[in-house]
Amino acid sequence: MALEANYGMVGDFYTQNFTTTHTGDGDTLILNLGPQHPSTHGVLRVVVELDGEYVKKAEPVLGYIHRMHEKMGEVKTYLQYLPNMGRVDYLHALGWNWAYVGAVEKLMGIEVPERAEFIRVITCELNRISSHLLWWGAYLLDLGAFTPILYAFADRERIMDILQMVTGSRLTYCYYRFGGVSADIGEKFISDLRAFLAQFKARIPMFHELVTGNMILRGRCVDIGVLPVEMCRRYGATGPVLRGSGVAYDVRRFEPYSVYDQLDFDVPVGKAGDAMDRYDVRVAEMVQSVRIIEQALDKLPEGPFLNPDLPDRFIPEPGEVYYSVEGARGKIGVYIVSDGSPKPYRLKLRSPSFSNLSLFAELSQGTLLGDAISIMGSLDLVIPEIDR
Amino acid sequence: MATLGQTIKSLWSMVVGMKVTGIEFFKPKLTVHYPRKEVDNLGTYRGHCDLVAREDDPLTPKCIMCGICVDNCPSGCLSLTMHVVGEGKPRPAGGAGELMLAQEVILPGSIKKAPPTGKAERVLDSFRLNYNYCSLCGLCVQNCPVSSLAWSREAYLVGRSRQEFEFDLLARLRAKAASSQGVKAA
Ligand code: SF4
Ligand code: SF4
Repeated sequence: MALEANYGMVGDFYTQNFTTTHTGDGDTLILNLGPQHPSTHGVLRVVVELDGEYVKKAEPVLGYIHRMHEKMGEVKTYLQYLPNMGRVDYLHALGWNWAYVGAVEKLMGIEVPERAEFIRVITCELNRISSHLLWWGAYLLDLGAFTPILYAFADRERIMDILQMVTGSRLTYCYYRFGGVSADIGEKFISDLRAFLAQFKARIPMFHELVTGNMILRGRCVDIGVLPVEMCRRYGATGPVLRGSGVAYDVRRFEPYSVYDQLDFDVPVGKAGDAMDRYDVRVAEMVQSVRIIEQALDKLPEGPFLNPDLPDRFIPEPGEVYYSVEGARGKIGVYIVSDGSPKPYRLKLRSPSFSNLSLFAELSQGTLLGDAISIMGSLDLVIPEIDR
Repeated sequence: MATLGQTIKSLWSMVVGMKVTGIEFFKPKLTVHYPRKEVDNLGTYRGHCDLVAREDDPLTPKCIMCGICVDNCPSGCLSLTMHVVGEGKPRPAGGAGELMLAQEVILPGSIKKAPPTGKAERVLDSFRLNYNYCSLCGLCVQNCPVSSLAWSREAYLVGRSRQEFEFDLLARLRAKAASSQGVKAA
């Protein structure tokens, strides 16, 4: 009977996943975390079954912010789909911008001028720093420390000011174009950026002093949510979550796109795979991003920022293409099937947060509820990216 | 002994953290208190798009009514009506009707080639923007063949109803031109 109910998908999520597997000794408590819970970063709902303070079972429920991005790709033209990309992951909008324009450029064989490639590297890495900064502040907020987010936002605001100079927006950027970017970076952008980088490098040791060494934080992170590499592989985890477990996989290094092969940077990895390692990896990545931006600024060539010989209309030949970039949360992939019409026949978005969230159910099993919150925060989830 | 060392270390980590906040306490304020002060970096800010007037005639936009912006807009925000001199009756250009009832995504196949500017006998009757749907993507501004659209720098736009965000850009342009002429005359 129970099996039947499951296969026939009768009832709501709770009935399907909890009543049939309920241990039935009457001592467990079912609790909803979210969709409006301060520690779930957006509209994510997790149903947890608690035995005292221990999590017996946790099931994420998706779909609260589903906007049918993939379906929208099928009804809009290639050009018209551009603004959607800033809304998939609003914290690393330029990463998604890049994955999509990269895919269309590959499909149509559009060349990108070198200056544009460097501008993309600079802005995308800057966006990555701002995304990691927000994660840093929000994660510590989850763990009960309010002050750090104000420090993170002081720097993040400056990044947004700099990015606003060229993109015109502060969050949901729509800046990259097929064959380049939509605006050139000027003298003011470069001088402001250099000033910011110099100042930001001095701020990172301050961040460490402020919290990284703090014993309360270490108590909440060290040895919490130890993620074995094997589990990462099973769920397809990428980005800092995977690197925290010691696998140095970074798309920028292993499938270098754009001009990343000309730039020198390290891929920071953790050892134990606990929440603290994921924390360290992200902070170290900010330092690496600063390095990348500095090199890209030094090497920035002159020339056009947009391919001058673009076609009037973007209608690719029939075919399929996959293009992936390294986003702040992991590997972003865009897969397009073209049937030769002005709109994609099928468009698939591979979002890193989806895989990273999937392992939460297994990882949080048997932990304390407070630790489960810490684990969820350390995965750096962006909910709109999970619900495409 | 080990526990004592641990405790001292824990307490010290707090002191170090407090030192950082202590120093920050005496630093100048970073936030801009909005109604009393405004930010000054709106030079490249994307407000809603706005029509650009001809150099020789501040009352007429550069627009040649090709409909590219109307066709390209992913959200169907833009619509324009025009008439050809001698015909009299206004008619919609670029495939979209004058009324913005449903958001419709239009194929760029309907894009007409831009007519040569010199021979333009078309007169723009209205140019509407439904800002409620606009995603500020910039496709209209960047793809206009005669640069007739530009960003307004409107960052502080507020309204009480949806209708307040349905703009007639042609009327806006004329009002702006009239007010600047008024300033000049005065
Ligand atoms: S693209 Fe430019 S010229 Fe063409 S209709 Fe729009 S505003 Fe007018
Ligand atoms: S900015 Fe984009 S959404 Fe807004 S009117 Fe222009 S094309 Fe349409």
